[in-house]
Amino acid sequence: MKFSDVSILLEGQILFDASAGSDVIDKAYAADLLSDVLALTEERTTLITGTISPQVIRVAEILNIIAIIFVRGKRPSQEIIDYAQRLDIPMLTTRKTMFETCGLLYANGVRPCKNRTADE
Amino acid sequence: MSDMNASLTYEVHAGNIEQGGSASAALKSELRKMGICEEQARRVGIIAFEGEMNLLLYATNGGTLKAEVTPEAIDITVEDDGPGIDDIDLAMKPGYSTAPDWALNLGFGAGMGLVNMKRNSNFFEIHSHTGKGTLIRCRLNRRKNDAAD
Repeated sequence: MKFSDVSILLEGQILFDASAGSDVIDKAYAADLLSDVLALTEERTTLITGTISPQVIRVAEILNIIAIIFVRGKRPSQEIIDYAQRLDIPMLTTRKTMFETCGLLYANGVRPCKNRTADE
Repeated sequence: MSDMNASLTYEVHAGNIEQGGSASAALKSELRKMGICEEQARRVGIIAFEGEMNLLLYATNGGTLKAEVTPEAIDITVEDDGPGIDDIDLAMKPGYSTAPDWALNLGFGAGMGLVNMKRNSNFFEIHSHTGKGTLIRCRLNRRKNDAAD
């Protein structure tokens, strides 16, 4: 699914789209706690989160996250959006909850990224 | 593989939340410029990020994040001068956290920080003394068959 299609599906607002068109959104991982994201995400994926601290974008940079979806109407600061622009990581915000966002994406073919559990 | 030797040091200031993670992101970027492969740079980035955030969130006076790069390995050292960890075994337990509510609101406190550092290392050691400080050493081997689990 294209990033712009994801935005339509989630009735979202695109904060920044990648310059050359974003990668296909086919895998995702959802969490608010960043250490869970760092622990459990094993490959290039889309991040669904309600956390808008500056560390979100730095975690995305370290993990090569391909896109970020902010849920529950959360909107990161302009500094974070500018940082994402420099990294070319597309972002959108949606008023939908994390559960609803995940459900809609799953129903439209997006699957869990390869990951592991906390005790692995 | 890059044969370059390098030493990179970053000072992390306690409580400077806005800048949290910037040293780790800069370190990862430097490693990529040096020709370190994406997978190794990613693992170092994770180790460094968790160490940096621990310094920022918990260390009384912040501390130092250091990476030594040789053709054989990348050694990451995270050091502070207090307050120290009372029970290291408990701190290493996945999910255990002493993060205050304000840190949870920023996305921290999953209780995976030290676990993440260990998981991404081929060698991990932690020394801590209450009132004196904590020293964490992580080594990531650069030889192809030595990938961390």
